[in-house]
Amino acid sequence: MAPALSTNTSATTASATAAVGEDRAPATGVRIDHVHKSYDGRSVLDDITLDVRPGEFVCLLGASGCGKSTLLNLVAGLDRPSAGTIEVPGGRPALMFQEHALFPWLTAGRNIELALRLRGVPRAERRAEAERLLRLVRLGGSYGKRVHELSGGMRQRVALARALAQDSRVLLMDEPFAALDAITRDVLHHELTRIWSETSLSVLFVTHNVREAVRLGQRVVLLSSRPGRVVREWTVDIPQPRRIEDAAVADLSVEITEELRGEIRRHGRD
Amino acid sequence: MAGTETERPRTGEGSRAGDLAGGDLAGGDLAGLEAGLDALDAVPVKRTPLREVLLRKVLPPVAAVVLVLVVWKLLVLAGVTDDYKLPDPSAVWGALRRLWLEGTLFGIVWTSVSRGLLGFLAALAIGTPLGLLVARVPLIRAALGPVLSGLQSLPSVAWVPAAVIWLGITDSAMYAVILLGAVPSIANGLVSGIDQVPPLYLRAGRTMGATGARGAWHVLLPAALPGYLAGLKQGWAFSWRSLMAAELIASSPDLGLGLGQYLENARTDSDMPGVLLGIVLILFVGIAIDLIVFSPLERRVLRSRGLATR
Ligand SMILES: Nc1ncnc2c1ncn2[C@@H]1O[C@H](COP(=O)(O)OP(=O)(O)O)[C@@H](O)[C@H]1O
Ligand SMILES: [Mg+2]
Repeated sequence: MAPALSTNTSATTASATAAVGEDRAPATGVRIDHVHKSYDGRSVLDDITLDVRPGEFVCLLGASGCGKSTLLNLVAGLDRPSAGTIEVPGGRPALMFQEHALFPWLTAGRNIELALRLRGVPRAERRAEAERLLRLVRLGGSYGKRVHELSGGMRQRVALARALAQDSRVLLMDEPFAALDAITRDVLHHELTRIWSETSLSVLFVTHNVREAVRLGQRVVLLSSRPGRVVREWTVDIPQPRRIEDAAVADLSVEITEELRGEIRRHGRD
Repeated sequence: MAGTETERPRTGEGSRAGDLAGGDLAGGDLAGLEAGLDALDAVPVKRTPLREVLLRKVLPPVAAVVLVLVVWKLLVLAGVTDDYKLPDPSAVWGALRRLWLEGTLFGIVWTSVSRGLLGFLAALAIGTPLGLLVARVPLIRAALGPVLSGLQSLPSVAWVPAAVIWLGITDSAMYAVILLGAVPSIANGLVSGIDQVPPLYLRAGRTMGATGARGAWHVLLPAALPGYLAGLKQGWAFSWRSLMAAELIASSPDLGLGLGQYLENARTDSDMPGVLLGIVLILFVGIAIDLIVFSPLERRVLRSRGLATR
């Protein structure tokens, strides 16, 4: 597997690497350090500094177009920051998209096996491992199903299983449930928290849905728009058997929504 | 916010999964809900029974052929034109019987079909890497892309005179004409297949470590397969057409008797049943190869991806 994935640019390299060696012994999680990103001179992300600790579940919240996907792509190594560093000491992170991104020429099980194969799992072990991952997302009987035979929620569960098949320490999720109906999304929130609690994954979960962020995250980080900056963050200490309709979830959501609205209004005044 | 706090979030939360199952959505409840959701919107896939396939796919073309024969026979009976221009269907049947009894029928068909298939395979071997290069290397695309598209609309019969001057009336000339007809189709099919691959697949592949050659093999090529197959199908049609044009124009006794030469010989003998038989055989071979080779392949690929409903 690839060693620590890091993208260095001149500005901040030395300090960031030094810091890692000193105070972060378990080499997992994500460290985003003073990251800037601009496209054609237009700044999309501005000075983002954000850590995801090992095993932590962080929700990144922001209006549409504020640069959430851009940031995840940078962390996933699909693109390079214009300045600043991103370190993912646990190796290449897994990434889940809003669209399932499953390969339609493969069955559900084979999609997972491809991820296993690319990871270097020997052929003899792939089948059993794929079956195990499908059971983990409660799709035990779906190994031979084609992607188009699955419902939207089932597809996202297979996509989750495929992401888990990469055996990354870090799971990046880019609005993975945004296209699902409320009840299906609710079920998937439940599955995701269950799986996260059974593994030692660090999750960076992007959403524009405040309630979803509060339902899932240990921490909610709010990004501003144009350019994207970290505005504020909340620690969510509602104990984890949460429901999206819990009063505590609702209360915090109201508070965060107010802040988000304020951010969006600011652009109207400019 | 920078992580000075080193506590592992896991500790003391070992029972979290259990709590969850007992908490908001009880375990059985959730499984039931999930099963209900899956059943509600999973797409049912059913296979069409053989009888229905026969009824809906085989019967209509057979009926159409019979209709053509009936109209033909009626025109002959009505005496719309001279016998030597429009012979009775039975005369064409007689010509076919004669070829069969002489034992030359298969030889004639095979001469052309083997040339066509061999030429097609050569076109495949050239067109595929060419398409890959054009699709993936911007400079080559800029240089060759327009040429390939242009060549595709050039009737390949236009190459026959040049091929004959360069190579004489030989098998090589035939193959040259086939290649010039089929290579652009195959290459263009692959290019458009690759162009239509959703970028999302490539990004998903890259996050899983499918980059470079592994990315091409595991993601890019399978994703481009439908467009590639469409190109192959068209490539075969072009191969066959080019070959017939070449055989008709550049016929020589040294070359062995193929369908094109058979047709040309029938014309010089003013043998109208032979001419019609030649046309029917050429049509038949073109359709048969498509039905036996390309259509099943294409249908299988499309159906496995949920792109074809029938
Ligand atoms: N490849 C790109 N080239 C130019 N602009 C881009 C590119 N990718 C994203 N952007 C711009 O960056 C901004 C943030 O996009 P994105 O990260 O997709 O937002 P979000 O995911 O928060 O909705 C948008 O204004 C978008 O137009
Ligand atoms: Mg986005």
